[in-house]
Amino acid sequence: MKIGKVAMDPATATASKSKLINEKGLFWRLTDRTSESRGKVLIYSSAILMIVAVTAITLFLTIQGLRSFVVDHLNFWTFITGTQWYPDRAQNPSFGAFPFIFGSMAVTFLAALIATPIAIGTAIFMAELAKKWGTKVMQPIIEILVGIPSVVYGLIGLSLIVPFMRVHFGGSGFNLLAGAIVVGIMILPTVASIAADSIRAVPDSLRQASYAIGATKWQTIWRVVIPAAGSSLVTAIVLGMSRAFGEALAVQMVIGNVVTLPKSIFDPSATLTTIITLSMGHTTTGSILNDALWSLGFILLLISYVFIVIIRFLSRRRNA
Amino acid sequence: MNSKVTNRIALSLIILCAAVMAGILATLLGYILVKGVSSISWHFLTTSSSPFLAGGGIKDQLWNSFYVLIITMLLTVPIGVSGGIYLAEYAKPGRLTSFIRTCVEVLASLPSIVVGMFGMLVFVNYFGFKFSVFSGALALTVFNLPVIVRVTEDGFNSLSRHQKEGGLALGLTHWHTIKTILLPAAFPSILTGIILSAGRVFGESAALLFTAGLSTPDLDFGNWNPAAPNSPLNLFRSAETLSVHIWAVNTGGIMPDVQTIANGSAAVLVICVLLFNLFARALGKVINQKLSGR
Repeated sequence: MKIGKVAMDPATATASKSKLINEKGLFWRLTDRTSESRGKVLIYSSAILMIVAVTAITLFLTIQGLRSFVVDHLNFWTFITGTQWYPDRAQNPSFGAFPFIFGSMAVTFLAALIATPIAIGTAIFMAELAKKWGTKVMQPIIEILVGIPSVVYGLIGLSLIVPFMRVHFGGSGFNLLAGAIVVGIMILPTVASIAADSIRAVPDSLRQASYAIGATKWQTIWRVVIPAAGSSLVTAIVLGMSRAFGEALAVQMVIGNVVTLPKSIFDPSATLTTIITLSMGHTTTGSILNDALWSLGFILLLISYVFIVIIRFLSRRRNA
Repeated sequence: MNSKVTNRIALSLIILCAAVMAGILATLLGYILVKGVSSISWHFLTTSSSPFLAGGGIKDQLWNSFYVLIITMLLTVPIGVSGGIYLAEYAKPGRLTSFIRTCVEVLASLPSIVVGMFGMLVFVNYFGFKFSVFSGALALTVFNLPVIVRVTEDGFNSLSRHQKEGGLALGLTHWHTIKTILLPAAFPSILTGIILSAGRVFGESAALLFTAGLSTPDLDFGNWNPAAPNSPLNLFRSAETLSVHIWAVNTGGIMPDVQTIANGSAAVLVICVLLFNLFARALGKVINQKLSGR
């Protein structure tokens, strides 16, 4: 009898073992606190939820954004190139979104232009010149600046930059440049902290080699460190630009919100985000204006995706 | 020009950049605190806002901000931490994992107004939650998830391998090891990240504009029945938060004391965010000291 059990062939052994596991049914697996399956269900569903969220955002906004072209028969090309935005005109209302697309682009590039030198300078200061000061003083400053809500930046722009513009450049003081400055200041800390990380990642041997051939500190920074950190610095700037592009309320508070194309940077203007924030609340669902605003949102989503692709491309090239 | 002179000029410019950065912070905080703190009073914090008269307070907005924050955190933390555990512990290199990583990245870089529009489309209109605390919290959950996921993943990745191997060697299942050994060990760093993200959620406005709404019903702070329409706890009433309030009074406010209200609200908002920041830092320091055994 005993001998028989030992001599049981392997196939039967496996069968009885798997039967033992199967006896602990689905119910047991989901209610036992130590069960692996229960944890896995929780973990995997959370991970899947991430996919669901992104897919849902993309799908819903795309479908809603295409309504104005499919249901209301607006022409896509005239929509994105037209410069006349008169949705309320009784006769022949026109939907030309170019001023907003242009405004968004202008704010984004000007903001990057303002933020880049200061941010990179600060990053070099933190990572090259004064490492102790950098971590003790600048790091906390940057962290606090990152944490300050965007409406507060908008409020500061409204109370300091707009009056300054009014006094020195005439007009109401609400203009494209004011918007770009507010957003530029807002993205400063983000760009600076990423740039500092990428400068710190440059290996020290490069610096030592440069000093060894008699280069000054600045020559080393300009000719060796910055080229070596190259594409990561670009990534930092592009990340900042994508944030500037998506910023809504802070820009809206200072840009003046005029639907015509600005002639100079001292003209009031509007961006994709500002026109959506301002008009969305006043429209009824299903009206052409409402659909047109959703189309603007869709364009916003598309351009955000372009930024995401660029950032991915840059960081992949760095890793390769 | 001699290279030494260039060197000196360039280095001074770099120091100037850093000084500008510090100057911006000083101006921001200085302006907000000097202008704002004078308008903060007990009356300001405990009076409801008035749509057109001077002397309104921010009681409801302040309450709404904290309430939305708490609901958001209740939703985000479990999902985000589980998502982070997936990426740190369960994810096998492959297409699905890299797709999930991409999704987290996309969620993190979408403009908050896009998230707000999505919230309006799905939570407010499609699910019919109306402009409400709940819609707002759901939108902010979408906005905050990637941050928590990242914090959790980093927290888990910084743990020593031995902790996990110890658990597995005792014959625990992977999940049990995570739950009883790894999660408690990673908890401090995750908590620090959660508090920091709370500051971000607290100040967020664009995503709430279309989901939590621009108004608050007359709240009766004596009525704590969550089903009552004027109860502060009601999840399905509209709720203007503090940061939305700052924007709203500045763009459409007709009260005579718009400036005072805006500055006072901004000061309260900034002080709250700073407190979150300081608290997270202090916590991080204490934990660091404990872990390094000093």
